[in-house]
Amino acid sequence: MIEFSNWDILRNLLIATQWTVLLSIAAFAGGTAVALVLTAMRLTRNVAMMRIVKVYVELFQGTPLLMQMFLCFFGLSMVGYEISAWGAAILSLTLFTSAFLVEIWRGCIDTLPKGQWEASRVLGLNFLQTLRHVILPQATKVAFAPTVGFSVQVVKGTALASVIGFVELTKAGTMLNNATFEPFKVFAFVALIYFALCYPLSLCSKYLEKKYHVAR
Amino acid sequence: MLNFSDLLPYTDMFLGGLLTTLELTVLTTVLGILVGTTCAAIRQYGSVGSKRAVAAYVELIRNTPFIVQLFFIFFGLPSIGLMLTPWQASIIALTINLGAYSTEIIRAGLSNIPKGQWEAAKVLGLNFRQTLIRVIFTPAFEKIYPALTSQCIIVMLGSAVLSQISVEDLTYAANLVQSRNFRAFESYVVTALMYLGLAMFMRYVFTLIGKRVFAFREAQ
Repeated sequence: MIEFSNWDILRNLLIATQWTVLLSIAAFAGGTAVALVLTAMRLTRNVAMMRIVKVYVELFQGTPLLMQMFLCFFGLSMVGYEISAWGAAILSLTLFTSAFLVEIWRGCIDTLPKGQWEASRVLGLNFLQTLRHVILPQATKVAFAPTVGFSVQVVKGTALASVIGFVELTKAGTMLNNATFEPFKVFAFVALIYFALCYPLSLCSKYLEKKYHVAR
Repeated sequence: MLNFSDLLPYTDMFLGGLLTTLELTVLTTVLGILVGTTCAAIRQYGSVGSKRAVAAYVELIRNTPFIVQLFFIFFGLPSIGLMLTPWQASIIALTINLGAYSTEIIRAGLSNIPKGQWEAAKVLGLNFRQTLIRVIFTPAFEKIYPALTSQCIIVMLGSAVLSQISVEDLTYAANLVQSRNFRAFESYVVTALMYLGLAMFMRYVFTLIGKRVFAFREAQ
């Protein structure tokens, strides 16, 4: 049997952390892109479009992320679409992230007084101009802090990819546990690494919140 | 190609899993909110040392994934002599998790209560307990009630992970069924919808409870 020193455990965990980071970034980017489209759909004020977004949000916020991952991984391949664990993880995390981001951004846009839309209309701005010059510059400032705050949830969400067999930090932890039989140490390390990834994001979100709250 | 009727023989399994999930949710929601209320009170009114301890607990839990907390409690703690059944580990993990999030939420409610409320209650001759429950906590909870509801639902959805330490919850049932009849897609779709129904049901129950507890507002 191979002996694992503390450094061996930590080193292997750090290698796996790269995948956690990569998965987080990919999911956050994907989620942002989809959420932008959904937000645009909502802003059109078209009843059918708004209803689609509402159902989408309800569906992905109301079901466990783990279930979404199982559906993407086992479910899709059962109905004929072969998908890797990596692909399934990105797909499900994108859906999950976008459903939450679109709700967060909705709140940010809705905090702006309705009079701003009306005033822009009176000034002769069309829909896109209003959005670009009036609504978005204000809404993005408000949205910054909660969006960064939500990125913590995305990083933590990637831990579930371990269940479908994608080797990221948590999966590496369970594998190292099986090799070393030192669950206390291994999972404490794993938790600390997640903390090191997430805590700066939390602090950053808090800082942004203070900064823009004062500015308003 | 899709065939949902293959799931019918396993109805009992799904219902049993649903019941377990519901049971765990009810128990840990109550326990978690109790922990959260206590910690929020400490965070707001406690000594410097105890405030710091609570802050550390909250940040540690909020910045690590639930599944890692669960593994640490279930696999890690036995190695320092604390043996736990999957059921016990689940309840502890869920309570600790909801406790940390609800601390943050309830504290936000408490910090919104003006100091004058304490003084006013004293002048009116209310004792400490009456003041705490009627003047401080009830209005504080009313403010943050929607956020607390959402957090409890998020924790319920997160409980799907418990299947990983072989708690026989709804997700466990789904996994078991699909391993028997190979209807993965159908099994997971049905389970996801059951979770969705449970989430909606929870929101409904919370609204009902809220209406009763905060009824004094409407009476005014």
